[in-house]
Amino acid sequence: MNLEKYLKVYKQFLHTSLASELEYKTNILVDLITAILSLIGSIFLLSIFFQNNGSIGGWEFEQALIIQGIYTILNGITNTWFNPNLTEIVKHIREGTLDFVLLKPIDSQFFISLKKINPSGFLEIILGICLLLFCIRINEINLNISFLTLTLITITCSISILYSLWFFISTTTIWFVKTWNATEVLRSFLYIGRFPLNSFSFSLRIFFSVFIPIAFITTIPSEVFLGLSQLWKIFLEVIVATVFLITSRNFWLFALKFYSSASS
Amino acid sequence: MVQNIIDVRNLSKSFDISSKEPGLKGTIKHFFKRQTKSLKVIKDISFEIKDGEIVGFLGANGAGKTTILKMLCGLIYPSDGSILVSGYSPFRRKEKFLKQITLIMGQKQQLIWDLPPIESFYLNASIYDVDKFEAKRRIKKLSEMLEIDDELFIPVRKLSLGQRMKSELLAALIHEPNILFLDEPTLGLDINAQRNLRKFLKKYNKETNATICLTSHYMKDITSLCKRVICVQEGSISYDGELDLLLKKLSPVKEILIVCRSEEDAIKLENSGFTVKNKIKNEITIKIENNSITSSLKTILNSFDIEDLFINEPPIDEIIGRILIKKDYDI
Repeated sequence: MNLEKYLKVYKQFLHTSLASELEYKTNILVDLITAILSLIGSIFLLSIFFQNNGSIGGWEFEQALIIQGIYTILNGITNTWFNPNLTEIVKHIREGTLDFVLLKPIDSQFFISLKKINPSGFLEIILGICLLLFCIRINEINLNISFLTLTLITITCSISILYSLWFFISTTTIWFVKTWNATEVLRSFLYIGRFPLNSFSFSLRIFFSVFIPIAFITTIPSEVFLGLSQLWKIFLEVIVATVFLITSRNFWLFALKFYSSASS
Repeated sequence: MVQNIIDVRNLSKSFDISSKEPGLKGTIKHFFKRQTKSLKVIKDISFEIKDGEIVGFLGANGAGKTTILKMLCGLIYPSDGSILVSGYSPFRRKEKFLKQITLIMGQKQQLIWDLPPIESFYLNASIYDVDKFEAKRRIKKLSEMLEIDDELFIPVRKLSLGQRMKSELLAALIHEPNILFLDEPTLGLDINAQRNLRKFLKKYNKETNATICLTSHYMKDITSLCKRVICVQEGSISYDGELDLLLKKLSPVKEILIVCRSEEDAIKLENSGFTVKNKIKNEITIKIENNSITSSLKTILNSFDIEDLFINEPPIDEIIGRILIKKDYDI
């Protein structure tokens, strides 16, 4: 893979999608307001849960805010990259415009995963980082290199797991043609990631760890943040993320063999 | 000797098609248990295309033209047989192969809707490893050829269909491909836009010697661009050869309207052994076979007092239409 070429193409992707989005200023403004209100609403909801109990599943309100911060960052990434691109896969396949993608001398997964960006998602990422910085202060977390490295590793793994899950579901469109609902279900599950895994019953914990690894996505990075996570959990998250990435990649290549293009 | 750039051998393609009975009952049945059957849409076809040739694929809707085109450019895996395009198996979609081809579809677009076309051109240039300076030169050259210099900076959504199609062409040609697959490129365009597009394609073929495979329902596209046509009927090739020959085969006779000086001359001509279609006073319409048209006209002009004559070519749409309608038309 020619890295220089891909960087150049990504620069063009950034340029064209930013220019496209900036054509509609009001839309961006509405998205920005929605992001702020959504964060305020989530924190408010969390505070209601913690109003009577000092802790839920062993997590204090100040600690649970870390999960909210990580969730906000992930949601920002979802809105910036995953949502505008991965939902388009369904459209590409239904309308047959995937033809244009497949005939380009560039990796098709790279093209359909990164062609667009929604700049309003950036605000959510910034808000999430601000919330995490606030959490560092109120939880008196000691910032050091190993903390930062582990946090970055686990958050990167979370992004990879989320992307792979979404991409995997979107790929099934090649057979099922319409999978909007499945991606919506995935987004709904992601909302669950705003709460600590320990706050759910044992069976749900298993479900959200094994079947739909939402637990890996927010809880493990949050535990790392608080210095609570054991090394095996981090190691497991890295393995899960790698397996998910490889599987979704191979699944895409396999599915393309069944792509029949839309009729003209 | 001109090399074959496309070589297709015993190509077949089957699709699994699901069918649904009408009504609510049919819908429920279809939801729980889909009846699918394998449909062979391309049946054991073989042909070659030479470098620089312009070949038109003719056929009714659903005959399999687009499926053939999509297999040639590597979008659809064939069920059986082999395809070589410029020495490559298309469905492997190797980078070197993809840089040589382009697909233009009249009913689908790749331009970024909210931005001027020039942005899409530069994006494509970066994907095809064309540097900015070279891309600028190609855009200038192609936009002049296509006469869309002013439209380059207007958002695509504000362009007319004709301007958009020209921009689509430019976006698809920025990497200077030597094989063009065009699937109904003039669909929905007005007469002038169609003519301009054809003019451009002719010029592009002449200047670059690019091979062009074209499907179109507008016969003018085929007659003005393609010397050779491949007729596809229900997934099989029913004719592969020169368009002129096909027309002669399908329309072996011409109708000639002859205006005689007097009615007596018309009567004499009527009784001289020619096949007469009709006669009104001194005007007579006769049918003459294509291969004897010159000698017959010579005889008529020498033997009768003729005031005027008109040769009526049957409309090409009508002739081609016959092979598209009739399933087992023997060409």
